[in-house]
This record gives sequence, C-alpha cells and structure tokens, in this order.
Amino acid sequence: MSAIQEVVTEAPTVEAVPKRAMTLGAGSSLVMLALLILVPLFVKNFIIFQLTMLLIYGLAVLALNILTGGSGQFSLGQSAFYGVGAYTSAILMEHVGMNYALTLPIAGVICFAFGFLFGQPALRLSGVYLALATFALATAMPQLLKLGYFEPWTGGVQGLVVTKPDAPFGLPMSQDMWLYYFTLAVTIAIYIFSVNLLKSRSGRAFMAIRDNEIAASAMGVDVALYKTLAFGVSAGITGVAGGLGAIAVQFVAPDSYTITLAISLFLGMVVGGVGWLPGSIVGSAFIIFVPNIAEGISKGLSGAVFGVLLFLVIFLVPHGARQVAIVAQQILGKLKKG
Amino acid sequence: MELFTNQILAGIATGAIYACMALAVVMIYQAIDHLNFAQGEMAMFSTFISWQLMQWGIPYWGAFVLTLAISFAGGIAIERLLFKPLAKAPILTNVAGFIALFAIINSVAGLIWDFTIKQYPTPFGSHPFLGSQLISTHQAGMIGVTILLLIGLFFFFQFTRIGLAMRAAASLPESARLVGINTSWMIALGWGMAAAIGSIAGMLIAPVVFLEPNMMGGVLIYGFAAAVLGGLTSPFGAVIGGFLVGIFENLAGTYIPGVGNELKLPIALALIITVLVVKPAGLFGRPIVKRV
Repeated sequence: MSAIQEVVTEAPTVEAVPKRAMTLGAGSSLVMLALLILVPLFVKNFIIFQLTMLLIYGLAVLALNILTGGSGQFSLGQSAFYGVGAYTSAILMEHVGMNYALTLPIAGVICFAFGFLFGQPALRLSGVYLALATFALATAMPQLLKLGYFEPWTGGVQGLVVTKPDAPFGLPMSQDMWLYYFTLAVTIAIYIFSVNLLKSRSGRAFMAIRDNEIAASAMGVDVALYKTLAFGVSAGITGVAGGLGAIAVQFVAPDSYTITLAISLFLGMVVGGVGWLPGSIVGSAFIIFVPNIAEGISKGLSGAVFGVLLFLVIFLVPHGARQVAIVAQQILGKLKKG
Repeated sequence: MELFTNQILAGIATGAIYACMALAVVMIYQAIDHLNFAQGEMAMFSTFISWQLMQWGIPYWGAFVLTLAISFAGGIAIERLLFKPLAKAPILTNVAGFIALFAIINSVAGLIWDFTIKQYPTPFGSHPFLGSQLISTHQAGMIGVTILLLIGLFFFFQFTRIGLAMRAAASLPESARLVGINTSWMIALGWGMAAAIGSIAGMLIAPVVFLEPNMMGGVLIYGFAAAVLGGLTSPFGAVIGGFLVGIFENLAGTYIPGVGNELKLPIALALIITVLVVKPAGLFGRPIVKRV
C-alpha cells in the first residue's frame, strides 16, 4: 500500500443544517423579543447586569455559530477577538475620549480586519490543525496585551478602567438599565444582520463550503475568499461583543481574555445547537448561570458538578437547544391538529 | 557556541516530557480520531493514584505496575460509560464531553488530594547525567523510557494481530467490521492504552513539575503541539515533535530579545503553525487523500 494512497471516508465535521432551520419563526421571535424588553423592568440592578452579559455572550456565541455552523470552520480563538474588541473600545473611550456608542463600530471593523487577515494562513488548515492555530492565538493574546511596548495605551497588567455611560436625554433610567437596552438594540441589529447574511448569496456560499468544499468550488464559489470572509465577520461581531463587554464590566485586563473564555464560548455554541442562531442565547445562559448553580450545589466540587451537568445536557440533547425546539414544535403541531 | 549546545541539551530534556505526552495524544487520536482534551487530567489522576499507593507502603515499581493496570481499566471504563453512548453524536458534542471530563477529573482530584504541591519520587535519581549539569539522570531515564515505549508500540502495531486489528478499525471501520473485527472494543482498547501511556507520562513528569491537580495544564498544550507538529498519524513523529518543541522553546527564550518565560509558549506555537502552513499534515504525518 502506497503511503499516500490511503482513502478515508469521513463524515463532515459539522453536520448540514438547512437554511430555514437556522432561525426562528416570526411568532416565537416576537415572544422572545417581548420577554427581553419587559423582564428588566421587574428585576434588580444586579440581575439586569447579568442579563446584559447574557446578551453580550450571546452575541459572541452567535459569531462563533456563523463561523462553525455557517462555514464549517472551527475556532478556539474567539477570546482573542473578544479581547481586541474590548481593548479597542476601552482605549478609544479613555484615551481619545470618544463616545462609547461610536467605539463599537470601530471595534467591529478592526476585529473584522484582524479576523480576515488571520483567516489567510488558517486557510490551509482544517479540523484539529485549525483548532490548534486558533488555540495558539487565544493563548498568545493575553501575553501580547501585557507587552511593555503597548503599556501606555493598554495599561499593561493592570488593565484599564472604563466609565459607565449615563442614560442620554435625561431618561429616568439607571445606568445598568440603559446599558441593557442599548445592548439589546445592538444585539437585535446584529441578529437581523446575521440572519440576512446567512440567507444571502454569501451565506449560501458559506454553507456550500461547509457541506462540501470541492463541490462548492466546482459551483464557482471562491472558497478562499468566503472562508476568510466568514472568519472576518465572526471576528467583527465578536469584537463588537467585546466592546460592549468592556463597557458593561467597566474594566479590561489581559487575563480576562484567556483560553477559558474561548472554551466557554465553544461550550455555549454546542449547548445552544451548532448552526442554530437563536440557540446562541440559550448557550450563553448555560455558560453564565450553570457555573453559579454548580457553585451553589457544592463549593469544593463545583468543577465536577459543572462537568456532570454538561454531560447530562449532551447525553439528553446531543444537538443542543435546537433539538429541544424541534421537539417542542412537533408537540405543538400535534396539539393544534388534535 | 557552548551556550547553543547547552540550550539544545536543555531543550531535549524538557522535550522528553512533551514527547511522552504527545505519544499518549497520538495513541488516542489513532483509536478515536479526536484530540482528547482530558488526556492530561487523566494522566494526572493516574499519577495521584500511584502516589497514594506509595503512601500506603507499596514500593515504586509495584505501584508503577498497579497504576498502569488501574489506568488501563479506567480508560476502558470511561469509554464504555461516557463516550460509547456519544459515538453517534456530532464531533463537536464529543469535544464538549472531553471538556466536561476535564472539569470533573480536575475537581475530584482537588477534593481528594487537595491543591498543595507534593514531591514525587524518581527511580532514576537526580544526579547530573554523564557529568552534564543540564541533563539529570532522571531526565535521561525519561528519554530512555519514552524511546522504549515507542519501540514497544511499534512492535505492537506492526507485528501483533491485535495491533493490526486496531489499525484496521481506525483507518476503515466498516471494512474492518466486515472481516470480523470488533471495532467498538478496539476503540475501548485504544482508550485503555492511551490512559496507560498517559499514566507513564504522568509518573515521569511528576518529579520535574511536582504533583498537583493542575500539573498537566501546560504540559498538555505542548504535548498537543508536539503531536500536531510531528503528525497526528505517526507515533515516531510525535516523539520527534516533542523534542523539537522543547528545543524551539529553549532557543526562542535564549536568542530572541524581549522573550521572557511569558512569550515562550506563543512563539513556540507560532513556529509550529508556520510549519503546518507549509506541511499541513505535520512533519511525519501521512497526507490524507479523500475520495470525492
């Protein structure tokens, strides 16, 4: 047997999710939206802060979902893009004195460029090799942020403190609540953008690449361009999430953006269902609240409890929240008929 | 020049650690086609078991053999209980499973043996090896054991029926099943062997990095990097990759200005990626040709 002639029949890394199955119907979207608008009116400030973080991580998970669920590429380096976005916003606000809302598009554009450039060498890698490359990016980022050359801007190990914005136009709202609604608006805008992106020509190109790269290129899809574009878009959205995160937490420091964050985002995507955009918010809820629940059940064994809960989820619903949604839909359909 | 050779020697000494771990990584990759993120924690747990056995008064080699047996059985048990049910689930779900396993093992080890750093004995002693201050007898012993392990694995895979069956099950599961190989048990066997090799790696590494639940964090990253660099399909490549990563890391720390201990890892990883961009299957890996 010649060494090179080994033929491997292999399943694709990411299963094909049809385009229509990637989003929610109009009815469920409206219910979800109403919930997101009304809930903060009835809860304490701390919970509002947690809900803000829920939306922000939801955005970051959504970004990873576009990359993995959409174009079939795998990334463990999302924390790096999140960190760059956060630092961009923080530096622009504190050193340049720019308005917080204006820093977000800039963070997005810078991260888009960064992701697009990173996507170039990553083109030659796939599967575990791409995982390792993005992993390297994630481990390198905190060290780069700590570097002496950038210290006047980044504040080195100490990081930067960011001031929390007040509600504009004298609206009678706490800072937390204003920030929540601001984040919600950004999230909705990006969600609509993502849904439309995946429905567009580019989205179809992503999915064609995910399902079969060779077939896609035979159909005239510029594989290299769209793969790097997916990286860019994903990084850009993660960057905006990072910027929002910096404003919400009021603090950026190199060690907030380690590989642990990237792993959490990855878990969020799996729990939410790979390739199902609304699942991102479920996944985000999992990575924010489940560690707290685990800590509540047992302090010493919180890691083990978290692991067991994660195993339970992937045993019961290996396809994540998407599976739950599909089952719920079927039950509803039966009820309507009967 | 002397600095250069010294750094290379030191690199080989640390490389031996990575080579050991990389061997375990490749072993499981051969059997299940995934990188097991919990591999390092499994090795750490095995090392703690051997430490506990020694605390109970069992001599080193007795504890060594017992630990190998326990780890082998443990590896199979983990596969049967946790990952066999997930065999049909998407790959990314499996990866989440590895992360969950990582969290569980780390936390349980911390609860049983707590997070204080423990001394771990070495059977080779820690005197200078052949009069060199850079390599101790323990590190030389570690290199020796790694090479013995590699030779043993080579013979196992090339010349035994069961080794052949494992290779068949990994490369073409369906055809292997048709000729009567129980592929499901081959995977379990792969887990068992990977756990046993991991436990050897853990017991060799522990005297150097000291025993504690987080001892494997850094080592595993380098082990992965080494395995990927050498080519995930080649145990020989994994060992060479381990030594190369050790040498890279030391040379980068010495010769590139502004690189302290902090930046060693990113630079080593960046170099590996550069190699991968040129040779995507790793240095000694076999390029995979897919049928369209």
